[in-house]
Amino acid sequence: MNERVTRGVITLLVGAAIFCALAASPHKWNFSPTWAYRQLYWDGLLKTVSATGIAFVLGVSLGIGVALARLSRQLWVRHLGDLYVELVRGTPFLVQVMIAYFGIAPLIGVDNKFLVGTLALGAFAAAYIGEVIRAGIESVERGQFEAARSLGLSRTQTLVHVVLPQAVRRMIPPLTGELIALTKESSLLFAIGVMEMMSAARQTGADTYAHFEAYLVVAGLYLTLTIPLSLLARALERRLGSGTRTGVDLL
Amino acid sequence: MITLDNVTKRFGDVTALRDVDLTVAKGEVICLIGPSGSGKSTLLRCINALESPEKGRVRLDNEVVDAGRQDIDTLRGEVGMVFQHFHLFPHLTALGNIMLSPRLHGRPDEAKARALLERVDVADKADAYPDMLSGGQKQRVAIARALAMDPRVMLFDEPTSALDPEMVGEVLQAMRTLAAEGMTMLIATHEMGFAREVAHRVVFMDEGRIVEVGTAQHVFENASHDRTRAFLDKVL
Ligand SMILES: Nc1ncnc2c1ncn2[C@@H]1O[C@H](COP(=O)(O)OP(=O)(O)OP(=O)(O)O)[C@@H](O)[C@H]1O
Ligand SMILES: [Mg+2]
Repeated sequence: MNERVTRGVITLLVGAAIFCALAASPHKWNFSPTWAYRQLYWDGLLKTVSATGIAFVLGVSLGIGVALARLSRQLWVRHLGDLYVELVRGTPFLVQVMIAYFGIAPLIGVDNKFLVGTLALGAFAAAYIGEVIRAGIESVERGQFEAARSLGLSRTQTLVHVVLPQAVRRMIPPLTGELIALTKESSLLFAIGVMEMMSAARQTGADTYAHFEAYLVVAGLYLTLTIPLSLLARALERRLGSGTRTGVDLL
Repeated sequence: MITLDNVTKRFGDVTALRDVDLTVAKGEVICLIGPSGSGKSTLLRCINALESPEKGRVRLDNEVVDAGRQDIDTLRGEVGMVFQHFHLFPHLTALGNIMLSPRLHGRPDEAKARALLERVDVADKADAYPDMLSGGQKQRVAIARALAMDPRVMLFDEPTSALDPEMVGEVLQAMRTLAAEGMTMLIATHEMGFAREVAHRVVFMDEGRIVEVGTAQHVFENASHDRTRAFLDKVL
């Protein structure tokens, strides 16, 4: 309780300070162009949310594959998983989405920017989410696995009935973190012309020169998406976190 | 019923088992004693293929125990194992822990699971999660869980070493009952009093070798090897 009050007071003070600094600055504030473009922001918000949501679902599905590949007994499968994660994490998403849109999409005859952007974002998310899933699985003690095997459960049964139920609880807080990261990352879809929130701000700025206002508004919009998620993550961590153990390798 | 022929198991440069030979008859209770690192756990773990020996072989009745065989899961189900740290599944109740393997093998039987809890004297904890059980209760549930697949043999790896002293007795009592019912049991233990009381034979291990095998009376009172005597002098 005490901690929450402190946090609230600090947030208010910092907010007030930023507001005063902005108000006192020599900048001539003009929010009317941004207001005039509100439909663009609204459409952008919907695109940001849907691209992020679809990419996240895709990222979790592919991420399970990535995690299982990296935990595989088969050396070459493991290497493929490692390679995927290295390639995705070692290059900027901006570059990946460009390659996807200008390189891969024409080859397979796809021209829908939103579709290409969202798929690219999902593939990007899979590398990070795969790591979260792998860490979750590895956090389950080795003894759990051995107890299950010694009861005659197969590898798959052990994974599904013993390891995953424990691992999933521990994955939820970091997965929420990945969702937040993905929401912000989706802003890069502006680069291939997806009309999400970032594009709305760029458009306003380019048309009316009210760049500062436009980007402040869009920053506020991102925060309205990410802050509730981050509060949710913190609440989940408090609720689920107590049972976590340090684990060893598995599978 | 269990035969180890010339079993050797290495972990890198460490040889955990060297040319171990052992035959266990049906209904026999064997206690494995020996200093830390002597290979007791490794020996038990070779019997249910949690470890695969480099050399030699392990047979259960007339089947060769080998992690690579098609029906290894079935075979493992027929070898019950109880661990020092219980390893109960924390997301399942006591009853859920016991029923999991039978359920996945297509023969769930709640009445039988409850009877098993009764047998180890924790019937009142059927719906409790492991977190809510004491160490002694956890270990007794773990014993019931290992019994749920009607094992041909039960392996115990220091089942009381992680328990508070006041809970050791209740777990040993459950094991005593099991022994009296004729279960074939291999028990790695530091409880010398218990070994002397229930073991048909005591196996003393040191540095991966079986140094001495004999009746409890023989091993505890007139061991033939100096190393056995030195070990017993230290622990008794
Ligand atoms: N997974 C493993 N990796 C590497 N070395 C191991 C592994 N398991 C056992 N060992 C080594 O093998 C030897 C025998 O170990 P084991 O656990 O069988 O002994 P133990 O008699 O059960 O000892 P304790 O009384 O401490 O349980 C030890 O030297 C141990 O360090
Ligand atoms: Mg041991």
